[in-house]
Amino acid sequence: MATNFASKRLSKELSKINGQLPPGIALVKAEDFQEWLLDIKVLDQNPLYLNQTYRLKFKFSPSYPIEPPEVTFLLCADRPIPMHPHIYSNGIICLDLLGQQGWSPVQNVESICMSLQSMLTGNTKNERPEGDQQFVANNRRRPRDIDFYYHDNTV
Amino acid sequence: MDSDDDFMSGVSSEEDDVLQDGSDNEDGSADDFGFDEPEPDLGYSQKETVQKKKKSFDTTFTVYHPEDIQGQQDDLIDEVNMILDLRKEDVAILLRHFRWNKERLIEDYMDRPKKVLEDAGLGPSTSGPPKLEAIPGFMCDICCEDEAGLLSFAMKCGHRYCIDCYRHYLAQKIKEEGEAARIQCPQDGCKRIMDAKSLDLLVTADLQARYHELLTRTYVEDKDQLKWCPAPDCVNAIECGIKKKDLDKVVPTVVCDCKHRFCFGCILADHQPAPCELVKKWLKKCADDSETANWISANTKECPKCNSTIEKNGGCNHMTCRKCKHEFCWMCMGLWSEHGTSWYNCNRFEEKSGSEARDAQAKSRVSLERYLHYYNRYANHEQSAKLDKDIYQKTEKKMIQLQSASGMSWIEVQYLNSASQALQTCRQTLKWTYAFAFYLARNNLTEMFEDNQKDLEMAVEALSEMFEKPVTELADSKLKVEIMDKTSYCNKRRVILLADTADNLANGDWDFNIDIASPTSRREGPPDRNLSRYPLIN
Repeated sequence: MATNFASKRLSKELSKINGQLPPGIALVKAEDFQEWLLDIKVLDQNPLYLNQTYRLKFKFSPSYPIEPPEVTFLLCADRPIPMHPHIYSNGIICLDLLGQQGWSPVQNVESICMSLQSMLTGNTKNERPEGDQQFVANNRRRPRDIDFYYHDNTV
Repeated sequence: MDSDDDFMSGVSSEEDDVLQDGSDNEDGSADDFGFDEPEPDLGYSQKETVQKKKKSFDTTFTVYHPEDIQGQQDDLIDEVNMILDLRKEDVAILLRHFRWNKERLIEDYMDRPKKVLEDAGLGPSTSGPPKLEAIPGFMCDICCEDEAGLLSFAMKCGHRYCIDCYRHYLAQKIKEEGEAARIQCPQDGCKRIMDAKSLDLLVTADLQARYHELLTRTYVEDKDQLKWCPAPDCVNAIECGIKKKDLDKVVPTVVCDCKHRFCFGCILADHQPAPCELVKKWLKKCADDSETANWISANTKECPKCNSTIEKNGGCNHMTCRKCKHEFCWMCMGLWSEHGTSWYNCNRFEEKSGSEARDAQAKSRVSLERYLHYYNRYANHEQSAKLDKDIYQKTEKKMIQLQSASGMSWIEVQYLNSASQALQTCRQTLKWTYAFAFYLARNNLTEMFEDNQKDLEMAVEALSEMFEKPVTELADSKLKVEIMDKTSYCNKRRVILLADTADNLANGDWDFNIDIASPTSRREGPPDRNLSRYPLIN
């Protein structure tokens, strides 16, 4: 039942995505209902992200969309991790939308991509989060188990 | 108070019924503030006189069982429901939003009803009472299901989802996140709060039970004058009117119906006579390294030139620092070159170059000794407290043995049980008197305190010795009388000590060498230093 639940919703999302996606978002791989890859671009002239494409990895649990998916940036040959004060250099994103408190089951893959686009668009700081080095070196937990402290609503 | 009660009883009977509920409540809360003025309580009500005479270190409190806690919530909800003419489920949400402050809720609601509803998550309503519906042409935004006859539900905000998704959503919130009082509508950004009635319509019985349990938990946690009994598996809550700011004046020890004695201020086990802040500092001091630093300064010296810390573990007094090659005398800390040929016989005691180092060291040594003096006595009593369980079992065994050895009846050997209980409570009190004394400045009051402490300590030791005697001796009726006398003496000395400290605390007469009012804890002891522990070459 539970797997059915996520699959049904994801198959609906997939058929919608295959039809049309907003500009700057492209589906790369969606072979099953556990892990998808998408590419996003920032559409304005923000010099931090100009002419760059970033790869996103979505991991869905059987209770998606009641539970948020796990979303991280993925480092590939021509796909860097974007510079942002809320994005760690290992691709982990600190965004309340992706945590249990900020998540709403009405959100979907498309709306997450758009939120991340606008999160990048609005940023002017060419920096990593505080304690990035240490976090990246020591973190063995999955993003959903990390207690992010959402304190900064400006970027 | 008395006149109020008289007034109430004088009111005509029809009005009496209406006022009954309200006045009960008023009495309850007024009672809680009576802790610092025990005299007017005498003969104040039937219940109070039945209780033993109140001592100055006793705190007024009430124990509530789960059904009482539920009853209180229901009463409050009913009351506000009558005044404001809102649905009970909504009143519950409003009360939770206002942390059960009924007066503030009513006042605010009268002023700006719309804003209050909005803030509490009860925004503008668009549909009727909660019910499951099958709406033609409906598609669920969560699972994208759109088959005909799909049952769906929406709260008053009108955001509609299918019953399956709603169930999943609520199960996730209640089971995984432990959320109850603030479950919002699944719609992104909608602040509408799920009410109990809608929830009961949607979820299975086990989830309902868990939901109501969580709600009760938030009720107790939301109210400052309510706290859960911290004993394992205990489901009771305690109400006590002591405010946080009063904790430097009173030590609010309460006793749950499960027999657990604890401090209402900090939830730790009973720590009379020491106030909470002092206890916090003491426990921190015992746990942290501040005394290690004192050991270091008492047992090591620093090179007068480069300040490397040195522990001398043998050899002569001619020190050569490994790091900076400075040569000095261990005894006087002065330059070795000034010693001339008087090796091994330092006669430079009065010279200035070493006196400062010696002063600092002496201070550390005294401080360490002082701390250890109090700590050893504290730890000794704590150890005895840990053996509580043993003592209890031992007592029971002893009582049975004594019955068969002396032919005494069960009731006649109960004096051993009261002796054992007296020993335990007195030890608990004594334990904390040492932490208390550690922070006391030297003055007359302190001396009186120490005399009281000494009396109790001696009495407890004497009782303990008698208590440990073999059964054959215990059968002697003379010893029984002695033990009974000593037991009551111990209890009396404990009461005297606690009353004396509590009175002085309430009046602010104690002179502490720390600030017991401030909740911010400062780091005590010197900052960390790098240690080099090499013995020096000489």
